[in-house]
Amino acid sequence: MESLFTRYRGLLVLVIVLAVQLVMLGVQVRNQSEVRLIRVWAVSAVTPFATILEGIRTGVGGTVASYVDLRGARQENDALRKQLVDLRRQTEFLRGELDTAKRADALLEFKQRILSSTIAARIIGANAAPSSRVVFIDRGSSDGVVSGMAVLSAHGVAGRVLDVYPGTSQVMLITDPSFAMGVISQKGRVVGTLKGLGQRLAMVDFVENHLTVEAGEWFYSSGDDRVFPRGLPVGPVTEAKQGGGFQDIYVEPAGLTEGLDEVLIVMEARHQSVPVPETAAPSLLVPPREPDPAERPELSMGETAVPSSDGEASSATESGTGARRAPATDADRLVERYRRIGEQQGHTFGTGAPGSTPPDFNRTPQAVRPRTEGAEPGSTSPPPNAPGAQSAPAPQSGTPANPENTGGSPAPRPEGR
Amino acid sequence: MDSNHLLIDSPREREIVRFPWWVLAVAPLLALLFQIYVPVIFRFLSFLELPLLLAVYFPLMWRRSIAGTLFGCMLGLFQDTLSHHPIGMFGIAKTLVGYFTASVGMRFDVDHWLVRFSLVLFFFQFHRVFYWVLSNSVLNIPLELDLARMLISGLLNAVVSIFLFNILDRTRESS
Repeated sequence: MESLFTRYRGLLVLVIVLAVQLVMLGVQVRNQSEVRLIRVWAVSAVTPFATILEGIRTGVGGTVASYVDLRGARQENDALRKQLVDLRRQTEFLRGELDTAKRADALLEFKQRILSSTIAARIIGANAAPSSRVVFIDRGSSDGVVSGMAVLSAHGVAGRVLDVYPGTSQVMLITDPSFAMGVISQKGRVVGTLKGLGQRLAMVDFVENHLTVEAGEWFYSSGDDRVFPRGLPVGPVTEAKQGGGFQDIYVEPAGLTEGLDEVLIVMEARHQSVPVPETAAPSLLVPPREPDPAERPELSMGETAVPSSDGEASSATESGTGARRAPATDADRLVERYRRIGEQQGHTFGTGAPGSTPPDFNRTPQAVRPRTEGAEPGSTSPPPNAPGAQSAPAPQSGTPANPENTGGSPAPRPEGR
Repeated sequence: MDSNHLLIDSPREREIVRFPWWVLAVAPLLALLFQIYVPVIFRFLSFLELPLLLAVYFPLMWRRSIAGTLFGCMLGLFQDTLSHHPIGMFGIAKTLVGYFTASVGMRFDVDHWLVRFSLVLFFFQFHRVFYWVLSNSVLNIPLELDLARMLISGLLNAVVSIFLFNILDRTRESS
């Protein structure tokens, strides 16, 4: 018996263990009872380890997540930096576009205020020589540009066309040492020659010391150089002082003060008046556009438009009362003589075709009947755009406005260098 | 020992294997923690039944049916306490596993990987089927018995058991 038990004790133990568990299981199922105490012990024994494991997992997971987030943040940071660079580039581009639009507006406004017909051009390059002030523009002979044409910016004279190529042209800026143009001061009507100095300022030469030129006074193109039509703003005087023989007058070219991007090329030059100075600083550099010649009353030779108090110029003789003033100089007397001869022979100055018979200027003019404003235009008046028909503008409040009835006259077309 | 033969030729090959007490304490605890905790995070590891693998390994190495029976019983009951089923379901199943693996261990070379693989694969199926029988008969809870899934899980557990048993082999005290 003992040996049987020893031999099958393993099986016996198995049966006992299984029986106990089956009974326990049966009791639980039959009574629907819960062995809560044992479960509490087991859970209490296991959950601390689970808590520790959860803590470790959370810590490691958090570290890993932080690392991943950090990598993500770095990538996001890089992407945002790239986006920022793109946006900055885009902003700069849009700002440039806006500046271009503003410059185009200013140029258009300037174009509308000058009589000369112009075409717009864009600066496309600078000269390779650092000392020279020459730029390239995107207009050439195919656009009708010829050498010597005046070039303007939105604020005044910028230069003149130097060389012309099929699709591009070279423009000498007003500050180039080789540049020269005739200028006239706004207040004292002092005439001089503006020369470039190769730097920011230009100099007005050949102004005698006894003439009055003040700092801040504006110089305009005089039209004497046969390149720039009269009345275009050149720039204000920054310094004027007595020199040896002539004054040393320095002008800051207004056409270059804000840089050059777009310019106007004067295709057909027409003179216009130099604005009358105001006591207040002028805010507009160019008088408003004048009406068409057909709308303007014609001025006969020797007549000038005298500004009236209300800003409008009236066509009058130099006496200002309707009666012709007596010639004061030999030149005036000579002009008056030729005018009378032309009137008597029915000649209109400026209309004679080449080869036609000119008036006989050797004939002694007959006694002149008093000429009034209502003189017949066909007999005495030159075309409104004839040289010498320049008018003096009337002052306008705050602006160097051009009188509406002043006449513009075509300047001679540049003949090239 | 020749690793090519699976059966034990003589009683001398019945090596008495002992394990440190802390291994017997920590291994079941870690196995149960793994069973209840890891699948929560990594669901794909829910196929692993580490308590069952331990219930195979230790009785197999001990080659003593009483020790294997008691170890399987204790491990199963411990697992029962952490489940929502009545206590005794896993206990009975693992008691039988412990008893039979200890009995098989006396006949086979328990260090051979193929023996281990085959025993784990077999007792995994046995454990599942017996638990299914108990659930349906005693608790009247109809469990689904997916044989294909059960076979795949058994194979995966058998593969894992090869590596796990090798690790546990390093803790045993031979005499």
